[in-house]
Amino acid sequence: MTDRDARQPRTAAPASRLGLALFGLYVLLYGGFIALVLARPDLVAERPFGGVNLAIACGLGLIVAAVLLSVVYMVARAGR
Amino acid sequence: MLHETSPLAIGIFAAFVGAVLWLSFRLGRKGQSAQGYYAAHGQVHWAVNGIAFAGDYLSAASFLGICGMIAFHGYDGFLYSIGFLAGWVVALFVIAEPIKELGKFTFADALDARFDSWGIKLAVAISTLVVSVFYLIPQMVGAGSLVTPLLGLPHWVGVILVGVAVTCIVVTAGMVSTTWVQFIKGSLLVLFCGVLTGLILARGLAVNAGRGEPVDLTPQVRTIRPDGTVLVDGKPQGTDHDLRPVGTITRLPERYGDARATGPLGPLAYLAALEDSTVVTWEKTTRTDADGTHDTFTPRERPAAELLRPGGYFKGLAGNTLAGRLDFASLMLALFCGTASLPHILIRYYTVKDAAAARKSTVVGIAAIGGFYVLTLYLGLGAMTSGALDPTDTNMAAPLLAKSFSETLFAIISAIAFTTVLGTVSGLIMAGSGAVAHDLVENVCGVRMTDHEKVRVGKLAAVALGIVAMALGILFKGFNVGFLVGWAFNIAASANLPALVMLLFWRRTTKQGIIAAVIVGMLASLGWILLSADTFEKVYGLPGSQSPMPFSQPGLVTIPLGFVVLVVVSLLTPPPSPVRR
Repeated sequence: MTDRDARQPRTAAPASRLGLALFGLYVLLYGGFIALVLARPDLVAERPFGGVNLAIACGLGLIVAAVLLSVVYMVARAGR
Repeated sequence: MLHETSPLAIGIFAAFVGAVLWLSFRLGRKGQSAQGYYAAHGQVHWAVNGIAFAGDYLSAASFLGICGMIAFHGYDGFLYSIGFLAGWVVALFVIAEPIKELGKFTFADALDARFDSWGIKLAVAISTLVVSVFYLIPQMVGAGSLVTPLLGLPHWVGVILVGVAVTCIVVTAGMVSTTWVQFIKGSLLVLFCGVLTGLILARGLAVNAGRGEPVDLTPQVRTIRPDGTVLVDGKPQGTDHDLRPVGTITRLPERYGDARATGPLGPLAYLAALEDSTVVTWEKTTRTDADGTHDTFTPRERPAAELLRPGGYFKGLAGNTLAGRLDFASLMLALFCGTASLPHILIRYYTVKDAAAARKSTVVGIAAIGGFYVLTLYLGLGAMTSGALDPTDTNMAAPLLAKSFSETLFAIISAIAFTTVLGTVSGLIMAGSGAVAHDLVENVCGVRMTDHEKVRVGKLAAVALGIVAMALGILFKGFNVGFLVGWAFNIAASANLPALVMLLFWRRTTKQGIIAAVIVGMLASLGWILLSADTFEKVYGLPGSQSPMPFSQPGLVTIPLGFVVLVVVSLLTPPPSPVRR
């Protein structure tokens, strides 16, 4: 490691690449939801999930996804 | 609406607040050094810190604001829940561990770690103060809204009560007592909101909130005369002549036949049944003449399905206008980027011992906060159909929902909401006092202080911030607190996130680039907000059409602007010199 490398924060270390990958995945989910609301607001009123509309299902899904991804991250990092 | 006070409610409320203050004074002796006052010695257990994250983050905006917005406008309030939680993904995966490694007491420590720059410390300290003050406003407004129905006191008394209590908490023991207040408040908030949601599902849905008589659909007019007296439908307001509580169902789904109530429902069945029901919302119109200000509340029957999709608050989404859609996209971007840029959240990373503890505490925080935001959907919809809403105050939806079950639950929920405000405000004042004492006085002005003096200056700054918070809380009475906190997220995301992210991921970042990004991001977002249509209408009382800004939420423009400014200025200035830590 050079002096220059030593001066940099350690965020680009391999251990955090998993975090960045999970972050990218969540950005896709969150961005996809916003794009859906913007592009097809009529579609989110559809009710494919037992009477619950797509808008609510997506919202709850995004919250659950954030919790699940964070747990995956914690378990994976603990195992390193 | 006028609200009758109850001795039981006041007793429970006093017990909660008294217990919190007692704990704070008891912990006071543990925070006398600078390390103890600003960072709780870095020895808070990660699980406690995780729940304290929830206590710090779940502010009046999350509890009172979101519930009120869902109750009044439907699904759009839930968009805040989604965005507020999504921001934690940025905090966990991108920010948590590096910020713990870089900083000591404040956010400025982290941004300045590679440069030791006077300019960075000054710019970030100012940005911390601006964001903290903007975040303080909704908390104080929420506190004022709470005491009116609970204690029968005016709005401003509630604001003063919170201001004094919080200043006591922060001044007595700094981060140690703040952490425990936030831990207790976070635990209680999630627990009792879970209880309230269970009661909502057990009650199910009922026509006219279970009252036998038909729903009254006549409009109501409230007149506030120039001398301050209030009339309702032309007669003086009193406990026997007041605005009707609103928010009811007029028709259940056909599958329930002639039944006037569904009985207990599961979480998904509740949403499905509501979607097929008909509800009554109300539209408020205001006109002013020589006799005073006249607010007319006109009930409107409509399918609940209309309220369970986007567009109830963000009218542009339903109307499919470009400005409305940009406004929505801009808010969602600011909520996503804002959490990891909030100084009072970032300083909590300095209260744990290492990066692993920072990571684990964030995961605990996300689980608690995520669980709470799922509950907000049911609390808001439960309030919408409870027949208990005050049409003049969106912030009281959750406590009045609790009141529709029992006076005791109302007192408990109100007391928790009040401690919610205490927890968040104490975190904000801690962040602000650190910015003043550690960043401005010591690092920028170069005043050398002993450990004891550093703590004393921090406490003086906390008192001053408490006074500013009280004044602003009184000034902004009547605003939805969720809406107000959106402003703070926009400013935090625009001023702080570009600098933080580029510092971590782009080696060519220079101190001039960071300073420019923080200042431009802060001023651009602040200026945009002050010139937006929302501010014209709600603050200046001018027509929104006179606003020069194309949409109200600035983040879509000002967050990318911060990144662009940082890159351009960094490329135009010499590469960073060796670190001097």
